[in-house]
Amino acid sequence: MKITVGGEKKEVKENLTIAELIELEQVETPEYVTVSVNEEFIDKDAFQSHVLKEGDEVEFLYFMGGGAS
Amino acid sequence: MRITLKQSDFDSMYEYAMKERPDEACGLIAGIENEDGSRDIQKVYLLTNKDHTNEHFSIDPREQLKAVKDMRQNGLKPLGNWHSHPESPSRPSEEDKKLANDSSASYLILSLQEEGKPVLNAFHIETVDGEKTVRKEELVIGGANHGT
Repeated sequence: MKITVGGEKKEVKENLTIAELIELEQVETPEYVTVSVNEEFIDKDAFQSHVLKEGDEVEFLYFMGGGAS
Repeated sequence: MRITLKQSDFDSMYEYAMKERPDEACGLIAGIENEDGSRDIQKVYLLTNKDHTNEHFSIDPREQLKAVKDMRQNGLKPLGNWHSHPESPSRPSEEDKKLANDSSASYLILSLQEEGKPVLNAFHIETVDGEKTVRKEELVIGGANHGT
């Protein structure tokens, strides 16, 4: 099936989960990554169970934060 | 590494950071990477610090997503992020270093510590042998070197 990851169209296997896509895409420091599918943010606890569908648009967003101290 | 910022973008960041005081202000930077490795910031995004404190910042992921899509539509590359230190110097704090996980990013820090004298510096932060190392980048604002 075809999905879009970070604006790029990709061919992936059917029933791919977000956790599998993270591995496939070799996402660095996945603990700091937020995932959106079709502009809906997915809870980290659901990465293993959320199955992607044909035409889904996935974005990986790195947490950006810091502090003054 | 040399990174350039338009004077008008610096002015926007400063104005926004002053408006957000006492909270830290934050956002993203986007632009182009030249063949020699230098970078030109062509757009600065002024985003919401969802922590709303003077000690921390976390960029609102919904606004981050919108900004990333805007960069893509405008052919711009994500170059890093920026945030203000309302009451401390323009250098990465321990928390800034800990949470800097993108070695390809430039991290800009705008200090408002001294009234009327904003100081902006750019940093490269990466993990070497398990330790975070910080290197200051050459920041040019509107054609003039800046920072301290």
